[in-house]
Amino acid sequence: MKKKKESGAVHTAVSTKRPGQSLGARIWKHRQYYLLLLPAVVYVAIFCYAPMYGLQIAFKDYKVSLGVTGSPWVGLLNFTDFFQGYYFWNLIRNTLAISFYTLLVGFPIPIIVALILNELRPKFKKATQTVLYAPHFISTVVIVGMITLFFSPSLGVVNTVLEFFGADSIYFMGDPKYFRHLYVWSGVWQDMGWGAIIYLAALAGVDPSLHEAASIDGASRLQRIIHINLPCIASTVIIMLILQIGSIASVGYEKVYLMQNDLNMTVSEVISTYVYKRGLINNNYSFSTAVGLFNNLVNVFMLLIANAVSRKFSETSLF
Amino acid sequence: MMLRKKFTLFDVIVHIIGVLLLILVLYPLILVVSCSISDPQLVATGQVVFLPKGITFDGYIQIFKDPDILIGYGNTIFYTFFGTIINLLVTVPAGYVLTKKTLPGGKFFTAFFMFIMYFSGGLIPSFLVVNGLGLYNTRLVLLILGAFNTYNCIICRTFFASMPKELEEAAIIDGCSVIGTFVKVILPLSKALLGVMVLYFAVWHWNSYFDAMIYIKDDAMQPLQVFLRRMLILAQQMADNAEAAEYAHSLANLEAMMRYAVIVVSSLPLLIVYPFLQKYFDKGVMIGSVKG
Repeated sequence: MKKKKESGAVHTAVSTKRPGQSLGARIWKHRQYYLLLLPAVVYVAIFCYAPMYGLQIAFKDYKVSLGVTGSPWVGLLNFTDFFQGYYFWNLIRNTLAISFYTLLVGFPIPIIVALILNELRPKFKKATQTVLYAPHFISTVVIVGMITLFFSPSLGVVNTVLEFFGADSIYFMGDPKYFRHLYVWSGVWQDMGWGAIIYLAALAGVDPSLHEAASIDGASRLQRIIHINLPCIASTVIIMLILQIGSIASVGYEKVYLMQNDLNMTVSEVISTYVYKRGLINNNYSFSTAVGLFNNLVNVFMLLIANAVSRKFSETSLF
Repeated sequence: MMLRKKFTLFDVIVHIIGVLLLILVLYPLILVVSCSISDPQLVATGQVVFLPKGITFDGYIQIFKDPDILIGYGNTIFYTFFGTIINLLVTVPAGYVLTKKTLPGGKFFTAFFMFIMYFSGGLIPSFLVVNGLGLYNTRLVLLILGAFNTYNCIICRTFFASMPKELEEAAIIDGCSVIGTFVKVILPLSKALLGVMVLYFAVWHWNSYFDAMIYIKDDAMQPLQVFLRRMLILAQQMADNAEAAEYAHSLANLEAMMRYAVIVVSSLPLLIVYPFLQKYFDKGVMIGSVKG
C-alpha cells in the first residue's frame, strides 16, 4: 500500500512531462478521489446539465404527451412571441430599473460600511458586526412580512408616525410609486452588514506599515482611507462588481414575487416572476423556457462584457 | 496599534455613524419583539412604537395551538437537518478533490462545476427533470435540490488548498487510504470550514420557500416558510385591501399578534446560532473565495 502510493505520486509527476503515458493507470491511482467527487458529479449532471438538454423546448411546441425530444420544432416562434408581446418592454423596464437601482445603492453601501467598521474600536466593531449580520439570517418571507406589517396602512408603525406629523396614511405596498424603494432599501437593511464581510477580509490584509508611513507624512485618517484602504480593496471591489453586472437581468425573484400584489403589478412584474407564472401557473412550458433562456443569455453576455472591460482597464478579471 | 491611541474628532464621527447603523438595524427587530408581546389592541391602533405595552404572551400560546405552524416547524427541522447532511456529503469532498492538481481531468471537473454558476437550464426544464424522476411532491426533492453548491465548493477548495500538504503525505505514507486520510486527518482539522458550511447550508434550508412552493403540493409536507407566507403576507394583503371597518375587526383578534410572534419564533433559532460561528466567517474562510 505504502509503496503503491509513493510510486503513484512519482508516476503522475513524471507523466505530466510525458503526456499520453498510461492515462488509465493514472486514473486508477486516483480512483478514491473520483469516488469522493462522484456524488457532486452525479448531482450536477442530473439537476444542472440535464435541464440544459431540456432547453431545446424553447425552440419547440412542447407537449407533455410527446416529451422533450418528440415535440415539434417551431424555430424562434416562442422568442418572437415574447419580443412582440404586450408585456415585453414593461418587463424589461421593470427588471432593469430594479437591477440598476439595486446596483447603484446596494453595491457601494457594503463597501462604505466595511470602511467605517474598519475604523471602529475593536470591541465596538465586533458588537456592531454581530448586529449588522443579524438581518441576513432572516428569511425573505419574514422580511417581506415585516415590510407588509410595518408599512401597512392600518397598523403599520410608519403610518402611525406619518399621522402623528399630520400627514395622510399611505398604502405603501399597494402604490407602484413606492415598490422599488421598499424593495431596494429593505435589501440594503438586510445585507449591508453581510455584504461588508468580504471587504473587511480584504481590509484586514492591508499592510499596517503603509498607514504608519502615511501618518508620518502627515496624512489624515480620511486621506489614508481614500488613498490606502480603497486602492487595497480595489480588486475585490471589481470582482464583486463584475459578478453583480453578470446578474443584472435577474433580480431576486423570490422577494419580488412575495412583494407583488395586484396593485403594484405595473412595476413589480419582472422577467423571472413572469417566467414562473407563464410556465408553472399557466403551463405554457415552451414560451416560459424561451423567456428564461433569453434572460440567462443576457446575463452571460453582460458578465462577459464586464469581465472584458475590467481585464482591459484594471487587469482584474474573473477569467 | 500606534495609530489608535488618541480618540480624535474623526473617531467621534465614525463611532456616531456606527451607533446610527446599530439603531437602524436594531429598531425593526426590537419593534417586532415588542409587538409580539404587547396587547393586540394597542398594536393595532399603532401605540406600540418601541417598547412593549400591556404585556401578554397570548400570541406565543396561540402559535403552539396552531396545527399548521407546528407541522411546518417540524418539517423545516427535518429538511434542515437531513438536507444539510446531504449538502455536506456532496459539496465538501468535491472541494477537497478539486485541490488535487495531479488528478486526471481535474481541470475538466472544475469547469464542469463553474459553468453552472453562470448558465442554467432554468425553471421549466429543471421542473421537467424533477417531475420526470418522480420527485414531484415528495420530501426527497427538498432534501436533494441544491445538494451541490458551486460557491460553497469554492470556499471548501480554497480552505483545503491552504492546508499544509505534509499532513496528508504523512498519513498516506503511514498506509492510510485517500478517503481515510480525508475523513481522519483532513476533516478533523477543518472545524472552521465545516462550521461555516453547516451554517450556510442550514440557513439556506431553513429560509427557503420557493422550491417547496413549486414542488410540494400537500400541506403535510410544507416547510414553515410556506405557512409563514400565507400568514404574514397573503393574509395581511387581504386585510389591507378590505374595508376599514372590516380590517379593524380582523385586527382585533389574536391573529394579528400571532404574526409578530411567529416572526420571532421562526427567526430566533438562526439568530441565536450565528454569533457563535461569527469568528469563522469573519476570518479567513472567505478570503480568496470570490475569485475562482
